[in-house]
Amino acid sequence: MKSFTRFTGIVAPLDAANVDTDAIIPKQFLKRIERTGFGEFLFYEWRYEDGKEKTDFVLNKEPYRHAPILLARKNFGCGSSREHAPWAIAEYGIRVIIAPSFADIFYNNCFKNGVLPVILPEKDLEFLFEKTSKMPGYQLAIDLEKQRIEDTWGYMAEFEVAPYRKNQLLKGLDEIGSTLQAAEKINSFESTHKIFYKLEVSF
Amino acid sequence: MGKTLYEKIWNKHVVHEEGDQPSILYIDLHLIHEVTSPQAFEGLRMNNRKVKRPELTVATMDHSIPTTDRTLPFRDEVAKKQVDALAQNCKDFGIPLFDLHSPNQGIVHVIAPELGITQPGMTIVCGDSHTSTHGAFGALAFGIGTSEVEHVLATQTLKQFKAKTLAININGALPRGTTSKDLILSLIGKYGHDFATGYVVEYRGEAIRNLSMEERMTVCNMSIEMGARAGLIQPDEKTFAYLKGKQAVPQGKEWEEALTEWKQFYTDKDANFDLSVEFDASHVTPQVTWGTNPGQVAGITEAVPLLENLPSDQVKPAKKALQYMGLEPGMPITEIEINKVFIGSCTNSRIEDLRKAAKIVNDYKVADHVEALVVPGSQLVKKQAEAEGIHQIFINAGFQWREAGCSMCLGMNEDLVLPEERCASTSNRNFEGRQGRNARTHLVSPEMAAAAAIAGRFVDVREWPARESKEVIVK
Ligand code: SF4
Repeated sequence: MKSFTRFTGIVAPLDAANVDTDAIIPKQFLKRIERTGFGEFLFYEWRYEDGKEKTDFVLNKEPYRHAPILLARKNFGCGSSREHAPWAIAEYGIRVIIAPSFADIFYNNCFKNGVLPVILPEKDLEFLFEKTSKMPGYQLAIDLEKQRIEDTWGYMAEFEVAPYRKNQLLKGLDEIGSTLQAAEKINSFESTHKIFYKLEVSF
Repeated sequence: MGKTLYEKIWNKHVVHEEGDQPSILYIDLHLIHEVTSPQAFEGLRMNNRKVKRPELTVATMDHSIPTTDRTLPFRDEVAKKQVDALAQNCKDFGIPLFDLHSPNQGIVHVIAPELGITQPGMTIVCGDSHTSTHGAFGALAFGIGTSEVEHVLATQTLKQFKAKTLAININGALPRGTTSKDLILSLIGKYGHDFATGYVVEYRGEAIRNLSMEERMTVCNMSIEMGARAGLIQPDEKTFAYLKGKQAVPQGKEWEEALTEWKQFYTDKDANFDLSVEFDASHVTPQVTWGTNPGQVAGITEAVPLLENLPSDQVKPAKKALQYMGLEPGMPITEIEINKVFIGSCTNSRIEDLRKAAKIVNDYKVADHVEALVVPGSQLVKKQAEAEGIHQIFINAGFQWREAGCSMCLGMNEDLVLPEERCASTSNRNFEGRQGRNARTHLVSPEMAAAAAIAGRFVDVREWPARESKEVIVK
């Protein structure tokens, strides 16, 4: 996972609400047992038709092809819990998604994969969508440390992110490793915690 | 001040809390399946880690498997590889697995309740968003990503921030001919597809108490379709009666002990929710989705909405959805013709669902131009249906009677809705491409799906004629 420092990049406008994880990475690509190889299938049904690129899809147009910042409408990432969605996004090269709201599971999955979901008010999104439509190639600078987003013409917005999640991106934490440091606590919890089911299965 | 059911379950499972950090929450049951687990096991291997409590982990195969004859070899080699990987992982890490040939195989959210491993007051997770289903038992159950699957495998815990709480009070009685599927669809229709994002929902009130356990599962199952982290229903006598005698449920003295424990899980009278809404079940009608998210839904006597009647922020998504769906604004729902029917999925593939659908089918025949599938949620459901002769009703009518799995709910196997085909589906998601590329999905209850299969279009099941007068309905 790339660690996350300040960077500037082109903003690709994806003017759609409720973009679901089925659209981000369709099910026919979920059969891979590896963590990689999903980037090329990002937004597959929107990007391709009969194996050919659809010219009207934003990521198929210049200068958006390699844009690291994606703009979208509310409830981005809803639906299936598949982490294949942020895997595909990260592998494709998108590092920041800006939207008025995100679905919970997707939001949570992003931080584990070096993708920063930024929540901004609707009016900021309106402004940014308008900017991108008037100025193709419009860029934003993202500063996670300061929790700030800005352009070179005086637009600036601050965003919220839980300190823990911010750290996940800044330092690329090993979550499991850190939880395992509490192993003794977990073990002692277990020793008194009652579970009432018992499954008899033979191997 | 009193506590909500959610807070009580949470408190019972907190291992460690620290300032603004997420809490470490103990997980009582971890369900896994072939699609969202392989990369988690790979992670364990790379870091030389073990599964902490394999006996609190249960695996099954459901998403990418064929629902046709299981004695035949897989035709899809990639899916085969995925299923084999799960079998190998379970073997290597000592995890109980219900494989394709197990009498307990089925959709993960169908098998856990029927085995009795879903119990009140538990924490349950799975790499699958419809884990919310198990909330019907008063268990805190939610979907997680694959990194979290790995975290639970390695530690039997999860790092979690506490959610906000939302009470949905549902009073009044569901009218005759409507179901819990119609209830949850109308709720999502009223409040919107992302209404409950960030919340754990507790469904309360008379209408909920009157539902059977299976009907409650249908409601909780679709919590995620309004964005909720989880859906909960307070356990009651129905819950306990459902569990009694199930394979994994204790008996005798331990049953009494379990019962005492489970009875602590309710919301105190003076507890506060972050948000509360009221909903009247007595106005619910049979629902049919017309768009590409579950909130784009209308009653059977209504029409596809006119764009000018929609709130301004819904116009653009509706336009896009209608274009995808090949529908015109103002078109009556009963004029929508279908050519596929899918009765199945973790929303509606349990025995009561099949019984209700079979009752509608009676001895009618599936319309000539319709291909209809019934896919039981589990092998146990299938066996039960066959013991009751329900399968015969479907087969005689021209339905295909399949083996248990997710099937056409997401079309990861060969059960697909083809481009521009129109499907009446009892599943939970009508997203673009969900059932197949350019597939058009209409979410409905099992009764509505069965009636649509016969009529070839959507019809109002409340007026479905009894056997004597069957000439009236079919074209
Ligand atoms: S039936 Fe559908 S929604 Fe349920 S677990 Fe399977 S794919 Fe997911």
